[in-house]
Amino acid sequence: MEPGTDAPATLTRRDGALVLSGRLDAHAVAALWREALAAVTPGATLSIDLAGCSYCDVSGSALLLALEDKAGSRATLTGASPQVARVIDRAHEAYRTSPPPAPPTAPSLPVAVGEAVVGKIEDLGERIAILGRTATSAALTALNPRSLRWPDTWHQAEEVGSRALPLICMIGFLFGLILAFQSAVPLRQFGADIFVANLVAVSVFRELGPLLSAVILAARSGSAFAAEIGTMKVNEEIDALNTMGLDPFRFLVMPRLIAAVAMMPVLIIAMNLSAVAGMATVMMSLGFPWAAISAQVVNWTGPSDVLGGLAKGLVFGAVVAGIGCSRGMSTGVGPRAVGQSATAAVVGGIVAIIVLDGIFAVLFYLMGW
Amino acid sequence: MVTAPAPATTPDANGIAASLRGVAMRFGANTVFQDVSFDVWRGEVFVILGGSGCGKSTLLKLMIGLRPPSEGTITILGEDIVAVRGEARRRLKQRFGVMFQSGALFGSMTVLENVALPMASFTTLPPEAIERIARTKLGLVGLADAALRMPSQLSGGMIKRAAIARAIALDPPLVFLDEPSAGLDPITSAGLDSLIVSLARDLGITFVVVTHELASILTIADRVIMLDKEAKGVIAEGDPRRLKEESTHPVVRAFFHRTETAAG
Ligand SMILES: Nc1ncnc2c1ncn2[C@@H]1O[C@H](COP(=O)(O)OP(=O)(O)O)[C@@H](O)[C@H]1O
Ligand SMILES: [Mg+2]
Repeated sequence: MEPGTDAPATLTRRDGALVLSGRLDAHAVAALWREALAAVTPGATLSIDLAGCSYCDVSGSALLLALEDKAGSRATLTGASPQVARVIDRAHEAYRTSPPPAPPTAPSLPVAVGEAVVGKIEDLGERIAILGRTATSAALTALNPRSLRWPDTWHQAEEVGSRALPLICMIGFLFGLILAFQSAVPLRQFGADIFVANLVAVSVFRELGPLLSAVILAARSGSAFAAEIGTMKVNEEIDALNTMGLDPFRFLVMPRLIAAVAMMPVLIIAMNLSAVAGMATVMMSLGFPWAAISAQVVNWTGPSDVLGGLAKGLVFGAVVAGIGCSRGMSTGVGPRAVGQSATAAVVGGIVAIIVLDGIFAVLFYLMGW
Repeated sequence: MVTAPAPATTPDANGIAASLRGVAMRFGANTVFQDVSFDVWRGEVFVILGGSGCGKSTLLKLMIGLRPPSEGTITILGEDIVAVRGEARRRLKQRFGVMFQSGALFGSMTVLENVALPMASFTTLPPEAIERIARTKLGLVGLADAALRMPSQLSGGMIKRAAIARAIALDPPLVFLDEPSAGLDPITSAGLDSLIVSLARDLGITFVVVTHELASILTIADRVIMLDKEAKGVIAEGDPRRLKEESTHPVVRAFFHRTETAAG
C-alpha cells in the first residue's frame, strides 16, 4: 500500500458503468459514500470500472461491497490492477464468508422480569453465603487468635486508624465549631448560651461522633477493602489462595475486619475531642472561661453517653468492614467490576450505618440509657 | 491510509518504512542499548528479537513515539517521529497501527466498537460505512462472529486478533506488533503467524514485530535484527534462516539452536 502522489478518488458515470478513479482510501470513501450509493438502483446490473483506480484499501473495498449489497447482485469489476484486485478479493472474502452475528434479541417482558428476579435472588444468596463465611472465620479466629495474620492486621490498623486521624480531627473540629456557632445564636436570645456546651457534647458523644466516624470509615476504608479484594479476585489471586489451601477469608477479610473494629473507638474518641475543641473555640470567643465550659460538659454528660457511642462504633466498624470485604469477594468480571464493588461498599456501608443507628436509638431508649 | 501523500524526496518514496540511526536509550546510568541503526523496508515483515530484558519493548516504544531516544534519529514513513509536532504528529500517528502486548482493548466497548473507534475519531465516514469497514476488518482477522462481544469475553488469541483489527482500522501502511504470540498455545500462535503473513502479502502492510518465539520468527520474518543485553545493541541482522545456518556469534547460535551460552 504505497502512498502514491495520486489524487483522491472521484466518481463518474460512463455507458451505464460507474467509474472510480484515483486513490480510494478512507478519506475518499468518506467523501464519496452517499453519492456512490445514490448512483446505484436496486436490481440493476452493476458494473464498476477501476482502470483509473491507483490504490484501494479495505475501506475502499467496503464501499464496493456496499454498492453490491444495494444493487442486490455481484458487480462486474473491470480494469483493476492486480494489487487493487487482490485487496478487493480479500475484503470480499472476509466480509462475505463470515456473516455478522445476529444482534442479541431482547427477551420478552415476563422473561426479562423473571431473569432479573432470579439474578437478584442468586446475588442475595451469594452475599449471604459470603457473610456466613465471614462470620465463621471470625468465630474460628476468636477460638484460635494465633491463626490471625498479625502483621497484616497491624498494617491495616495503621491504614484504617492512624492515617484517618488528621481527617477525623479536622472534620470533628469544624463540626463542633459549626454546631456551636449555629446554636449559640438562638440560645443567646434566652441568655442560655452556656448550654451550647451541653448540646454539642451530648449530641456528638451519643450520636454524631460514632455516626460521622463510621461514614468516614466507609468512605476511606470500606471502599478500599472492596477495591483491594476485588482487584485480587479479578487477578485470580483469590483462586490462588484457595488452591494453596489458604482460606481467603482468614487471610484477607479477618485482618481488615479486626483492624476496623479495633480502630473505631480510637477514631470516635478523636472525633469527640476535636468536636469539643471546636465548640470550646466558639464558646471562648463568646467570653466563657474554659473552666465554665469544661464543668458544663463534665456535669451534664455521663460515662454512659460516651460508652454508648463507643459500643455503637464497634458495631458500625464491623458492619462497614464486613460489607466492604464481602463486596470485594463478590466482585464480578469485566473492567467496571472493581469500581462497582467499591461504590456498592460505600453506599451499602452508609445505608447500613444509618439503619443500625435508628435501631440503636430505639434500643437505648427502651433500656433507659 | 488517511493522510496526504508524503513528498517524493523522503525515504518513504524509496521503499523504506522506518529507519533508525545511532539510536541509544538510557534510563539514568543504565544503558539499555546504544548505536542501533537499521532500516525497515516497505512490504516486509521485520522482526526485532532478543532475550528478555534486552530492550525490545523499549525500542518499539521509541519507534512509535511514546518516548524520545537518548540519542539518534528515528524516521517513520519519511518523518522524524521525535521532532514532528502538532497536527503533523497527529497525522503521522494515524499512518501506523500498534498492537500492544496485552492487546489494550478498551474494556467498556464491544470488539466492533473498539475497531470502529479510530475511524469514528479521525475520518468523516458515515456510521453505516464505519460499521461495514469494521466488520470487514474483523472478518479479515477471523473474528466476524465475535463482533458484539466484550473484550472480557474473549480468549487470549482472540484478544490479539481483535487488537490487530483495531491496529489496521485506518488501513495504515505500517503496523507494529509487540509479542503477538506471547502466552499463546502453539496452534493459536501459528494461526496468528499466518494471519500476519497474509495481511502483509494481500494488503501490502509492513510489519515490525517484537517476538522471541523461534517458530514464529522462522515462519513470518523476512529480516530480523537481534538485540543483546550484554552487547547493549544489535548483534545480528538479516534473513533468519541464513542466520540460523551461518552465524558464528555464540549468542545468535544459542538462540537459533536453543542451547545455553556460557552467560546462561
Ligand atoms: N521506564 C523504565 N525505567 C527504567 N528502566 C526501564 C524502563 N523501561 C525499561 N527499562 C529497562 O530497560 C530494559 C529493557 O526492558 P524491555 O524493553 O522491557 O525489555 P524486553 O521487552 O526486551 O524484555 C530492562 O532492563 C528494564 O529494566
Ligand atoms: Mg517486552
